[in-house]
Order: sequence, then C-alpha cells, then structure tokens
Amino acid sequence: MTIADGIWQQIFNFDNYGELLALVRNSLIAGVALGLVGGLVGVFVIMRDLPFAVHGISELSFAGASAALLLGVNIVAGSIVGSLIAAGAIGLLGTRARDRNSVIGIIMPFGLGLGVLFLALYKGRAANKFGLLTGQIVAVDTPQMSWLLGTSAVVLVALAVMWRPLAFASADPDVAEARGVPVRGLSFAFMIVLGLAVALSVQIVGALLVLTLVVTPAAAAARITASPVLLPTLSVVFAVASIEGGILLALGSSVPISPYVTTISFTIYLVCRLVGRSRARRWGAARAAPV
Amino acid sequence: MSDPRTDTAVISLRAAALSYGERVLWRDLDLDVRPGEFLAVLGPNGSGKTSLVRALLGGRQLSAGTLTVLGRPPRGGSRHIGYVPQQGTLSAHAMLRARDLVRFGIDGHGFGPRLRTSAVRRRVDEILASVGAAAYADVPVGLLSGGERQRVRIGQALATDPRILLCDEPLLSLDLHHQRAVTELVDARRRSHGTAVVFVTHEINPVLGLVDRVLYLARGGFRVGAPDEVLTSEALSQLYGTPVDVIRVRDRITVVGVPDEVAQPPHHPELPHGVRP
Repeated sequence: MTIADGIWQQIFNFDNYGELLALVRNSLIAGVALGLVGGLVGVFVIMRDLPFAVHGISELSFAGASAALLLGVNIVAGSIVGSLIAAGAIGLLGTRARDRNSVIGIIMPFGLGLGVLFLALYKGRAANKFGLLTGQIVAVDTPQMSWLLGTSAVVLVALAVMWRPLAFASADPDVAEARGVPVRGLSFAFMIVLGLAVALSVQIVGALLVLTLVVTPAAAAARITASPVLLPTLSVVFAVASIEGGILLALGSSVPISPYVTTISFTIYLVCRLVGRSRARRWGAARAAPV
Repeated sequence: MSDPRTDTAVISLRAAALSYGERVLWRDLDLDVRPGEFLAVLGPNGSGKTSLVRALLGGRQLSAGTLTVLGRPPRGGSRHIGYVPQQGTLSAHAMLRARDLVRFGIDGHGFGPRLRTSAVRRRVDEILASVGAAAYADVPVGLLSGGERQRVRIGQALATDPRILLCDEPLLSLDLHHQRAVTELVDARRRSHGTAVVFVTHEINPVLGLVDRVLYLARGGFRVGAPDEVLTSEALSQLYGTPVDVIRVRDRITVVGVPDEVAQPPHHPELPHGVRP
C-alpha cells in the first residue's frame, strides 16, 4: 500500500458504516438544529458586516468551553458563557463599525490565550482538547443535546420575533430609526443571539471554523438571490447540507469533522458565485444602467 | 380638502435654536410650514440643514425654543412623516430588492411575523408603479442606478401616505434627467395630496421653479421667504456678513463669493452631522 493510499484510507473509509451511524444519531439531530440556527443568523451576519465578530466571539466561546472542561462542568454551558461575554462586550463597546473591529481584535487573542491556558492545565483526554478547536462529532451526549436543542429553540424564537425590524435596521438604519425601530436595542439583542449561535456551532465544527456555518451559507445564498424568503431558506439548506454531509463523510475517517464541513460549504459557495455571476450578467444585459 | 387641520401649519418652529456645544447652528428661528407647501432648505455644509431634519424626526432636541410637528412635539416612528435620507445610508451589504425597501416603509417596524401580506403586497406594487419603478421592482437595490434608487426611496417614504415629506439632499450625484424626475415626483405628490415638503439641498436650481419658500441657513443665522426675496445679493451678503453676489442667468441662479464654500475643508464623515472641525 502506498502512502497516498494510506492517507486516502484515513480520509475516506466506509467500513462498518451502519454501526458507526448509530453512534452519531445525536450529532445528526444536533446538526439540523445548528444548520437552522447558523443559516438564519448568517443572513444578518452578512447584512450587518459581522464576520469578524463571529470569529472573535468563537475564540471566547472556546475559552469558556475549555474552562468548563478543566472544571469538569457542562461544556456547552461554558462555551455559552464565554460567547455571551464576548458578544456583550462587542455590542456595548463597539457601536460603530470602526470601533467594533478593534474591540474584536483586542478580545480575540485574549480569549484564545485563556483557552490555551485552560487546556494546558487540563489533564484529561487529548481528543477533548483538540475537538474544541477543530470540531468533533461523537461528543454530543444526552445532557449536552438538551442544552444544544434548548439554546437553538431560544435563538429561533428570538429571531422569529425580531426578524422584520432587525432586517429593516440592518439594511436601512436611518429610515428604520425614523420609523421608530429601536435600532440600538436590536443591535445589542442580535449580538446576544449571535453569541448563542456561535456557542452552538463551536460544539460541532470547533472554534476555529465557526465561520463556515455562520457566514459561508448565507454568503452563498446572497450570491444568487435577494428575496427575503428565498435567501434565508437557501442559507439554511446550505448550512444543513454542509454539516450533515460533513458528519456522514467524517464518520469512517480518523480526521476531525471540520475539513469535510468547510469543504462542502466552500464548494456550495463557489457554485453559487458562478451561478450568481451569470445571473448578474443577465440583469446587466436586460437593463440599460447597471452599477 | 375637508380636513380643518389642513389650513394650519404642519410644522411649527418658535424661537428655535440648535447648537453643538459652543457652536450655534441657527437661533431665533420662527417658521410655519403649511400643507402642500414646498420648502427648500439651503445653506453651506455645516449650517445645520441635516440637523433640522433630525430635529423634525424627533432624533434631536432643540437647544432652545419649541417645535411642533402635526400639533405635537416630534417623536420617532410617526407614519405621518415620510423620510428620504441622504444617499449612502443604505448598507452596502443590504440584500434586498426594490420592492422590499418600499415594503419596509409600510410594515418594517413591526415585531413578530407579518400579517395581511396580500394587501401590503398590492400596496407595494401600487407605490412602485406610481414612482415609475415597477420595471425594476425585483432587482436587488445594489444593482440599481442612483436615480432608480432615489425613485424607490421616494416610494418608500410615501408608502404610508404621510402628511409631511422630509428629503435630505435627494438630488446628490444624480444627473439632470434624474434630478428632474425626482423633483417632479415630489412636486406631483404635494399637489395631489397636500403633502408638505421640506427639501434639503445645496443646489437650488433643480427645484427653483417649484419651491414656494426658501430657508437659507448660514453663519448661525437664517433667511426665510420666497426665492426672489432670499436669493438676492443683498439678503445673502447680510446673512454671510460679507459681500456675496447672486447672479441670475436666464432661470438659473449662481451664488458667488460665499466664504464658507471657498474655505470648506473636505467633509469629515466621523463627525456628527453638521459639525465642522
């Protein structure tokens, strides 16, 4: 067997697939919830230009999760606490885009440093440590599952209630404010919702790659539609496809889940970009004055 | 016009003043805007034109005097005020079609799921047709030209049948053809519905034939009256405190020698509106 074959075996291996599938049942269910949350939250992450904030929050979420690992308490709860601290700080300190990015740039390395410290102190299984950064699929046990699903439900209800004014405030803040939309309040509320969504995503894809669930699907959908119904729908479909596909492919392999999820997600984005480009050309051809 | 209120002012300022710290934008301003009136607000950058709009929207407190809008102190969120903001306030990342922007003007402020969707959708189609934007109703706003976007903006502002229309530099960076189209839309509206129009502009010529009165803000003071009274060498020289020439060539007006315009530093976007370093 050549070295290349050996590597291939590590990446794709479908022996005993049926038995393995039963092991990740929880993860598959959690994946649907995460896809739903990530796909919907992503729409506003793009509209409000927050991808960098997502990255910053996920590093503090990682710090929270590793602190929980060290203390032997619930990891999901730990990562939620870390997320909310980061999201709250960014929401309070960085109301203007320019301030926001420097606040994130300051918070992010601190969070990562804390996380590394907690992991270095942790004496347990190494796979647990690595999983927080790069994702894991079999780690979702039943108490964690209840946390994941409960938090997803909170995020989805919050989004359903504030979707319309949040979209107005995100796209057109001046007129929204004139029409009495609480623009600042919604901005803060969204940061909290984003914090929860990031904490959830950290559980499956790991802190380093949350963007692949919370940004890429919505960005892909935005390439091909501007419809307020189709865009979030496609974003959710892309996010669920990436995560479920990633889990199913990662199942037989010895590498973490994240490269599968990110590759599917990125491929979807590339296809959408190509489709979107030919669409934009058609708009341009049909209309006299494109920008 | 059976409504008895239509004869009284929809906007009323008494001894009004607005200042940022030490710097007085304007003071002792008495002004009544009546239904159907077209008021142009002119003045150099930093003279407080946009701040006046913000005060009318309830987003800024006067530093002195009183302001009533539709008989009460202004507050945010009135459906009786349509607002066309300065260009560039739309998020560059907004993923919206023209029709979605108009629809925000109708029900974008409400929490929870949308109700009565088919009636609202019909209304959006009517509005888009009335501003001549039906052809690009489904085009993403990012792909619209400046003139097309301004038509949609006016549709959005008129979506709730407001009694007052506030436009902040709606003609900026539009070519002559689109300037005319936008001013005609606004003018037609105030004639058909008696909507009072407050139109902030640094360029009077596109609206010169349409405006009833001009409010000229400069140097902490103001002049208000018909264009022929305000836009004269004498009136503006007095306002600026230095000789200013108003030259009329056919039906166009050119103001020469305005000190602020000469020494104007480039616009600083990070400063609050209306403040200069």
